[in-house]
Amino acid sequence: MAEGHLPTTSEYIGHHLQNLVYGKFPDGHWGFAQSAQDAKAMGFMSINVDSMGWSLFLGLLFIWLFRKVAKSATSGVPGGVQNFIEMVVEFVNQSVKDGFHGKSALVAPLALTIFMWVLFMNTMDLMPVDLIPLVAQKIGVFAFGADPHHVFFKVVPTTDPNITFGMSITVFLLMIFYSVREKGLGGFIGELTLQPFGKFLIPFNFLLEGVGLFAKPISLALRLYGNLFAGELIFIMIALLPFWAQWVLNFPWAVFHILIIILQAYIFMMLTIVYMNMAHEKH
Amino acid sequence: MNINLTLFGQMIAFALFIWFCMKFIWPPVINAMQERQRKIAEGLQEADRASKDLELAQKSATDTLREAKVQAAQLIEQANKRANQLIEEAKDNARAEGERIKVAAQADIEQEVQRAKEALRAQLASLSLLGAEKILQTSINQEAHSKMLEQLAAEL
Repeated sequence: MAEGHLPTTSEYIGHHLQNLVYGKFPDGHWGFAQSAQDAKAMGFMSINVDSMGWSLFLGLLFIWLFRKVAKSATSGVPGGVQNFIEMVVEFVNQSVKDGFHGKSALVAPLALTIFMWVLFMNTMDLMPVDLIPLVAQKIGVFAFGADPHHVFFKVVPTTDPNITFGMSITVFLLMIFYSVREKGLGGFIGELTLQPFGKFLIPFNFLLEGVGLFAKPISLALRLYGNLFAGELIFIMIALLPFWAQWVLNFPWAVFHILIIILQAYIFMMLTIVYMNMAHEKH
Repeated sequence: MNINLTLFGQMIAFALFIWFCMKFIWPPVINAMQERQRKIAEGLQEADRASKDLELAQKSATDTLREAKVQAAQLIEQANKRANQLIEEAKDNARAEGERIKVAAQADIEQEVQRAKEALRAQLASLSLLGAEKILQTSINQEAHSKMLEQLAAEL
């Protein structure tokens, strides 16, 4: 590229899998990480600008689109956009009705937010793998005078575990909150310790239920992350083929990926509904 | 995969989006949909009721028609009966009138006959007297014989 040599395969892949990180260097000053080592050295006090930015942009896109329709929602004959929004809302509402048996004003909007947001973030996976990173690189080089090799850019927020864990932990906190609110602190602790083997095996019960409890947010986050990361990785590898051969693999994988995108958004939503239902259920 | 502040950023953003969705997106959309559902249900019910009403109206219309037909038939029958009655009455009247006229005519005839007889009787007395006079060629004591002739005339 700028230094005259084409990146090797592993360099290309590595470059694509590195986030654009802004954070605090070990020596105390704040700035963009110039390499994966820099990003690692920053540790926790850093932020993935690309995933955070896209995530916020897509979340706001969802909010803007739905708010626009919600403001002018009519019970008469719905227009085109309202039809689409209502289709989604109806679908989410039906899923919530099927999976959640309590009464809560939160669960349905939560499910809708998850479904649409994750769907939008996943859909970024269908963008050509080099298009947006290339634009970002040009902007980085011309606007900030950055070295093109050090401009990293990942466009699919759900391939960043920070994003998926951010969502699953929020769901987890809501789960804990509603469990305690519905069953009382005693009820919640009882649920964790008094089953499945009765009160004589409390430590064992606690271990079992504790693992079960923490497995929920972890599996939720890792399932989404793993699926999208793997999908993106395969797109990146397909991009390494000669340009005239790419479509042979690219097209079928993209078609298949449309399924993955929707399915993963649906699974995240559905499991959240189920978990919230468990939090509301009294034994 | 390094976990960093992005995690908290995402959590905060997620919480805000959920809140916004719960406050400003879900209720109006779902309300509009439920409202429409209610309207459609009402419309269907209305249509159901209207068709039932129509059925009822048709039934009552046929009922009324049948009743009207029955009434008309009754009326016609009555009218026929009345007409027959009138004809019968007229016939009776005519018959009675004819009878009466006949009786009056007979009475008249009787009277005429009586009168004719009277006249004849009167004439016969004088004629027979005249005749007897001629036959006998004698004068007869009119006073002596008139009593006898009157008796003879009364026998006629």
